[in-house]
Formats: sequence, structure tokens, C-alpha cells
Amino acid sequence: MSDHDHHPDEPAIRAEALEHLLVEQGLLDPGDVDTVIATFNERIGPMNGARVVARAWCDPGFRERLLADATAAVAELGIDSGPGGQMEKLVVVENTDAIHNVVVCTLCSCYPWAVLGLPPRWYKSPAYRSRIVREPRSLLAEFGTRLNPDTEIRVWDSSAEVRYLVLPQRPLGTNDLTEAQLAELVTRDAMIGVGRAGAIES
Amino acid sequence: MSSETAAWIDSDAAEAPPSANGELLFEAPWEARAFGMAVTLADSGRFTWDEFRAELIAAIAGWEATAAPGAEYRYYECWLAALSRVAERKGLASVEALAARATELAARPHGHDHR
Repeated sequence: MSDHDHHPDEPAIRAEALEHLLVEQGLLDPGDVDTVIATFNERIGPMNGARVVARAWCDPGFRERLLADATAAVAELGIDSGPGGQMEKLVVVENTDAIHNVVVCTLCSCYPWAVLGLPPRWYKSPAYRSRIVREPRSLLAEFGTRLNPDTEIRVWDSSAEVRYLVLPQRPLGTNDLTEAQLAELVTRDAMIGVGRAGAIES
Repeated sequence: MSSETAAWIDSDAAEAPPSANGELLFEAPWEARAFGMAVTLADSGRFTWDEFRAELIAAIAGWEATAAPGAEYRYYECWLAALSRVAERKGLASVEALAARATELAARPHGHDHR
């Protein structure tokens, strides 16, 4: 688009103008911005969360610690709160046959970045943020997660203080898999609660 | 499946790299810069994450209150608006300075290679 006319109200221009002003005043190092972007693009992603889930499936003691104090339990795996200190407190909620948990941030886009990376586009959308509260069962079905009518759905609204991660149910027939193989079955959507582990993603 | 949901899933699929878990996190380079600036400034104590988040909530609520029906939601425009607001409030960059610089940048000769 560089060979077209620009308007000062374009977000690309406004973002660049802001960065210029901050850098000129010594308030911001553009190299730090590059590092943050690279970290989120390359290093932090759903794999951290998948490791946590797979460990919980394999190690009952870890599972107990995770459900009691997830912030401390994930630190055992070398996962810290990440840039920006996004994860003050992590709470892990466990799916069972009777209870299905799903996570939202109704006000903005709070998300457990340190374990899941950045949220998918739909997580931030007004439609998801309102419908998962109003009509969770039908919305989950649209994601391909059809629940038994008896299953209770619990919707967890993330905030600046508390981030939630869903511990999905371990898929049947996976007793022979190693922890690393199990981690590969754990999708981002399963840890948000719109999908199931071992299921094909939407 | 509602058309709404189909639209998200399509938008995911259209931009998704091969991995089922993956998708491009940013639709344009400026979105990544705006994201990185907010995290960097909060990390270095120029404002707190809560201060930024309060502005983000306000920007999103403002969009939802005023958007025309069917208007496309642009999350990172809300993010940039929130970042500009918190920068203004903290005395990091005034609205006037920002507008003046944007006007200069927009007036650059064609073909100027910028982000």
C-alpha cells in the first residue's frame, strides 16, 4: 500500500506516529518491541498449555497441585507469567462427564497468554464474548462440541486478576501414549473449552 | 451453524498456516507494533497493565455502542485507541503531537518504504 495515498487517520499511520514519538523521547526501545512480537509469535503458544495438560493426565500429584494452585504448578514446568506479567493468577478448571468448562473475557480479551500465546481472532469477537454467556450450549455445538443435555456448562469470565485454563478430559484409548504424544492431542480450542482434546479443530 | 460462526471459522481457515493450532496473530504489521508497544511500555512501568486494560475495555465498549449494524469489528483499532489514550493520560504523547506526526507521515512521498 506504500504506493497509494495515506490518510493520517489510518491505523498504520497512527501506530507509526505513536512509535516515533515514544522512541524520540527515549520512552520506548523499538528493539524491545521487536522482541515482544517475536516472543509471542515464535516462543509462546498453545504448546505450553498442552504440556501442562499432558502432565496433569499422567501425574495425579501434579494434577492435584494444578487444580489447587495453577500458577505455582505451571512454574514447576518452567512456565513464567510472561511479558507484561499477563498472568497474575492462573486457575485451571477440570472437565468431567458432568461438567464442561469454557473460558471467555466478556469485557475485552483477557486470556492466559503465558500458557496459550495470543488469543484467536474469534475469542476477541463481540459475537463470541456475548453468545458464549447467553447461549453456551448452542454456540459450543457450532464449534463441533455437542454436549450431553445433562452436562452442566460453566462459563468462566477472565479478568485482569484471574486467567482460566480448561483441563480437558483425556481422550479414550490413549493409555499407551507417552506424555509428549498426549501433548500433541491437546489443542488450543480444548484448553479454551470450545473443543475437546484429540478432536479435529474447527 | 450460524453465519456468524461460519464467518469466524472461515476467517480462521483462510489465514491459517498449516498447523491446526496456528493462525496468524496479526492481520497487518501495525497491529503487531501496537501490541508490542503496549506490552513493552507496561513492562517498563510507563503505565500499568490495569491502566491499559481499562482503556481497552472502554474503547471496545465504545465501539460496540456506536458501530453500525454489520460493521466489521477491528480489535486492534480498539487496542491502538486504548494505547493512544493511556499514552496521552500518562503524558507520553499528546493528542496534538500524535495528530501532527501522523499528518507528516501521511504526506510522505509515494513509495516511501514504511511499516
